[in-house]
Amino acid sequence: MKAVCWEGTNKVQVETVPDPKIINPRDAIVKITSTAICGSDLHLYDGYNPTMKPGDILGHEFMGEIVELGSAFKNGNVHNNGKSLAVGDRVVVPFTISCGSCFFCNRDLWSLCDNSNPNAWMAEQMMGHSPSGLFGYSHLTGGYAGGQAEYARVPFADVGLFKIPNGLSDDQVLFFTDIFPTGYMAAENCDIQSGDTVAIWGCGPVGQFAIRSAFMLGAGRVIAIDRVPERLQMAKDGGAEVLNYEEIEVGEALSEMTGGLGPDSVMDAVGMEAHGMGLEGFYDKAKQAVRLETDRPNVLRQAIVACRKGGTVSVPGVYTGFVDKMPMGAFMNKGLTMKTGQTHVHRYLQTLLDHVQNGNIDPSFVITHRLPLEQAPHGYEIFKHKKDNCIKIVLKPGQTV
Amino acid sequence: MSKPISVRKTLTINRPVAELYRFWHNFEALPHFMKHLKEVKVYDDKRSHWITSGPLDSTIEWDAEIIEDRDNELIAWRSVAGADVDHSGVVRFRPTPNDRGTEVNVVTEYNPPAGAIGDAIAKLFGESPDQQLGDDLRRFKMLMETGEIATTEGQPKGHS
Ligand SMILES: NC(=O)c1ccc[n+]([C@@H]2O[C@H](COP(=O)([O-])OP(=O)(O)OC[C@H]3O[C@@H](n4cnc5c(N)ncnc54)[C@H](O)[C@@H]3O)[C@@H](O)[C@H]2O)c1
Ligand SMILES: [Zn+2]
Ligand SMILES: [Zn+2]
Repeated sequence: MKAVCWEGTNKVQVETVPDPKIINPRDAIVKITSTAICGSDLHLYDGYNPTMKPGDILGHEFMGEIVELGSAFKNGNVHNNGKSLAVGDRVVVPFTISCGSCFFCNRDLWSLCDNSNPNAWMAEQMMGHSPSGLFGYSHLTGGYAGGQAEYARVPFADVGLFKIPNGLSDDQVLFFTDIFPTGYMAAENCDIQSGDTVAIWGCGPVGQFAIRSAFMLGAGRVIAIDRVPERLQMAKDGGAEVLNYEEIEVGEALSEMTGGLGPDSVMDAVGMEAHGMGLEGFYDKAKQAVRLETDRPNVLRQAIVACRKGGTVSVPGVYTGFVDKMPMGAFMNKGLTMKTGQTHVHRYLQTLLDHVQNGNIDPSFVITHRLPLEQAPHGYEIFKHKKDNCIKIVLKPGQTV
Repeated sequence: MSKPISVRKTLTINRPVAELYRFWHNFEALPHFMKHLKEVKVYDDKRSHWITSGPLDSTIEWDAEIIEDRDNELIAWRSVAGADVDHSGVVRFRPTPNDRGTEVNVVTEYNPPAGAIGDAIAKLFGESPDQQLGDDLRRFKMLMETGEIATTEGQPKGHS
């Protein structure tokens, strides 16, 4: 089959690789019909994850059709949400791999599953404990072959695969795999009280879903921050007031806009490659380049200082290592709360499906590009450099150039 | 003479004590989750024969016996006197106080003898023995909690 492989910093390539096969009893093989490129993939593309290996298959936002099921399904040992799965079912695949029966899965904390990361020791050395396995996201989270490919093997398919009812297009449900639940959970993590003001840094796809989710969860105002015009425009279309951080001082503007109080909650939907301004940005870029600091927390610092006293800091943006100069004094003395994590995708699937079926949102609004899988290298380039007004790319396996 | 290797590890497994004790008690099932162990043959309710894969397709074998066995609580074993390998282990099972399953604690010890076998054993178990036991125990947990062991062995990858 064809698959998008990571070859090194700023280099991906479409290669012909062997088809995946069933390895474990609870596996399924999915023939992929749609698969997206995520901001998280950019962290890998940019070379910020030292546990990537050349040849690793990328991709964690994919859906398609079941073409094969492992022996556990034949024996009737496992069921999918109480129902049976069958070859031919149309499904979306959460990017987090979860067993469904550990302490964490039992508590709805799917991205913290204890049993899906075969390389847990790597993560344990760095972080004390390991998160769940993830598709196409470095050896630190299992080294699972990803879904920017024609086929993928899905472990614990009985727990992960989510059947899609007829009448909904790929474009409408593809983002259940990651960015829609990620934006939704990030908004939930803001602990929004009716009428609250939420400030969101980053108007990438995650920020876009966070804006819309914050309104669904009762926010009165959303203030969205970025510098890319078409992304700011899309945020505006979603009902947000917008700030361009290259044109104004964000902290001051937020204070002005909230009568000096500060936003009730703040969200970092940018992560470890935040673009920093001035001397501070230079400091972090330099340290990150020589690996004295693995992550650049410019947005996180700004958000903590801007947040109103007693407010909540929600961090969907990905960090992998260490950050410098955290304003811990501000965080502590203002009595803030921080909530974060890889998304517990499984927790939100039914809720979000209901929102789509009730017409509250059509997730396809975020798509700007549809490309054949073969054009993935071009896709990574325009997504990274925000060329051609690129906000979200869907790759189509099997489609000709 | 190589130094004795002694490691301990504890993990909480979300299954009842009795089930875990029963599974472990059947030593023939241990190779399912103990990576270096190729085969265990049980002779009777005390004695068994252990085979691990050594370097270059070789095997290292020894006889072991259960030296203490308390129902749903503890199993201790050691290699018999005169075996090539001086090895002992004990696994303890204890229900967690807060209904989270069972705390499983394992302590193992190897005393590699001098010479070639000793070197092989030191190599086999000496490279981050802590991580090896940790991984074995994690595989036990995966098997007990999910019925399978998470792996990526055999999946496709690019050529580079
Ligand atoms: N928690 C999770 O489970 C999860 C899931 C998906 C993505 N993510 C993470 O969410 C983050 C965003 O993902 P995305 O797909 O939207 O990525 P993206 O790269 O498309 O968007 C990031 C946006 O942040 C903007 N930005 C950069 N520096 C900024 C600054 N200083 N102030 C304000 N905006 C700034 C960029 O212009 C860009 O529009 C990434 O870190 C990604 O890894 C997390
Ligand atoms: Zn993603
Ligand atoms: Zn789990």
